Amino acid sequence: MNSIVCLKEVPDTETRIEIRGGKIVEEGIQYVVNPYDEFALEEALKWQEKFGGKVTILCLGPERARESILKGLAMGADEVYHLADPAFLGGDAYTTARALAAAIQKLGDYDIIFCGKQAVDEDNAAVGVMLAEMLDLPHVSVVSRFEIAADGKSARAERDIEGGREVVETPLPAVVTAQKGLNEPRYPSFRGIRQARSKPFTQWTVADLGLDAGGVGAAGAKLQVMEVLPPPDRPPGRVIPGEPAEAVKELVRLLREEAKVI
Amino acid sequence: MDFELSEEQRMVREMVREFAQKEIAPRAAEVDRTEEFPAENIRKMAELGLMGLPYPEEYGGGGGDYLSYAIAVEEIAYACGSTALIYAAHVSLGCGPIYYFGTEAQKRKWLPHLCSGQGLAAFGLTEPEAGSDAGATRTTAVRDGDFYILNGSKMWITSGAIADVVTCTAKTDPAAGTRGISCFLVEKGTPGFIPGKNEPKMGLKGSVTSALSFENCRVPAENLLGQEGEGYKQMLITLDGGRISIGAMAVGLAQAALDEAKRYAQQRVQFGRPIAEFQAIQWMLADMATEIEAARLMVYRAAAMKDAGLRFTKEAAMAKLFASEVAERAAFKAIQIHGGYGYSREYPVERIYRDQRLCSIGEGTSEIQRLVIARHLLDRR
Repeated sequence: MNSIVCLKEVPDTETRIEIRGGKIVEEGIQYVVNPYDEFALEEALKWQEKFGGKVTILCLGPERARESILKGLAMGADEVYHLADPAFLGGDAYTTARALAAAIQKLGDYDIIFCGKQAVDEDNAAVGVMLAEMLDLPHVSVVSRFEIAADGKSARAERDIEGGREVVETPLPAVVTAQKGLNEPRYPSFRGIRQARSKPFTQWTVADLGLDAGGVGAAGAKLQVMEVLPPPDRPPGRVIPGEPAEAVKELVRLLREEAKVI
Repeated sequence: MDFELSEEQRMVREMVREFAQKEIAPRAAEVDRTEEFPAENIRKMAELGLMGLPYPEEYGGGGGDYLSYAIAVEEIAYACGSTALIYAAHVSLGCGPIYYFGTEAQKRKWLPHLCSGQGLAAFGLTEPEAGSDAGATRTTAVRDGDFYILNGSKMWITSGAIADVVTCTAKTDPAAGTRGISCFLVEKGTPGFIPGKNEPKMGLKGSVTSALSFENCRVPAENLLGQEGEGYKQMLITLDGGRISIGAMAVGLAQAALDEAKRYAQQRVQFGRPIAEFQAIQWMLADMATEIEAARLMVYRAAAMKDAGLRFTKEAAMAKLFASEVAERAAFKAIQIHGGYGYSREYPVERIYRDQRLCSIGEGTSEIQRLVIARHLLDRR
């Protein structure tokens, strides 16, 4: 069971995001592995324990993503392909999926591709499914339970849908995007950390993938970010004075007429 | 001069922090309240390969450096003082003497078991009459054929009653002073080795602290650590390494005190504004942060010197002395910033204050650290 796990480095959700001149200030941001990608990696490692084979991390991102990638290796992945060529950067979900698809085609030998359901930076939730389309593979997205058949040829997935759960069967290879709850990602062990740095670590450029620099990264993006704005300040809380019985009536009226939540 | 941690050290920090915050911190208050040994924490730390982190892989250790180990202690202490003490006592005091002074057979017999975390190790030095004056050991060991017969008692032994093996000092030549002291590996269950009950303490309540006694306890001669008469020296060298980890523990507890105080000061409103906007509070926070930064650098430097194979006795004593007194001041100020709430058990600073108190006593009081430092200043030892 050879798995490819697409891993992205994102700002830690606890990092304070500062916006200056319509752009996010990158200085001082703490980066981590996208949490949904950790679920994806854990799932790949889990099935590797059962079926054997290898787990390959594929990452598109700048040089600084190395530390996040090393964490993936420390958790137990076998090797890494890092698309760090600046030409890959600054794109959108489409150019990212295009580059990843080209890398996966070059890698060839795989049974399953795991992605996080979305990256918590831009929250597109698009790369995984685009990837499946480009590779002409079936996909199951937002998966919270996953099981590979004993013969390794098909899989059964559960996904949360409005008001229930959907159970899906798919032949393999397929693209699966991971939802929270799919598993509990393991911590890297100290031994894993020590071994991580000696595992195969390959960087691929645009030329290595036989792509045209005009079709990937910022140059190929179909989506252009015009401006980034911080969310408006939350208005301060309001105290409703008076006797409890009266105050509750007023609260209900406000919730209905002003906040329009009931 | 390079103040950057290596990639591996940074990864250790990130891994231990994430683990300790998610798995250990949520139970720290309960461990303190119930005084229950946090066996589950230790089991999980063993799974992550932390219990033998700074010892070579050939003995089942992690093959890491001492600085990585100090960082691990710091991050665990940031989450839970009790767990940090159990960890530090096991790694530096428990495994340390066996690794530094044990015969090849002793290392092969014990270290894989201890480094994997299947069993804990302890260090039996202190006695009712031999605290700071560690040379005043009264426990005796008399050779009898293939055995030594131990008689005497020990006090304040961290994990003493639950450890699989305790490295104990005893006098083999009562006439020879400190040169007549030897160390023995005493296994749990050896007839005549009687572990006492858990001593109630002010803080670090999840850690087991035991009195031990020996009544005609027959220890195989092969359990003598190194040579007869080397025990005092072995103990001093072990404490040099141990002090770095107590310093690291103090830094972790001090940082926890600062972060709790910072959070509280930004939420607590008095006179119409968060108290963090008052200079009186800001100065306390600034002093805490500055001192913690200095303490951390001293602890890391002592660990880096040990890793580089340099003499580090003075630096370890300085780091331990300074960091433990910084922790005292930081915990004091954290409670001061919390006011009445800081004195209540509702907020973690009360626990941190009690937990950190050990750091300026255990593995040599602040006074003994000053003595060690002064000796290095005034003569060439």
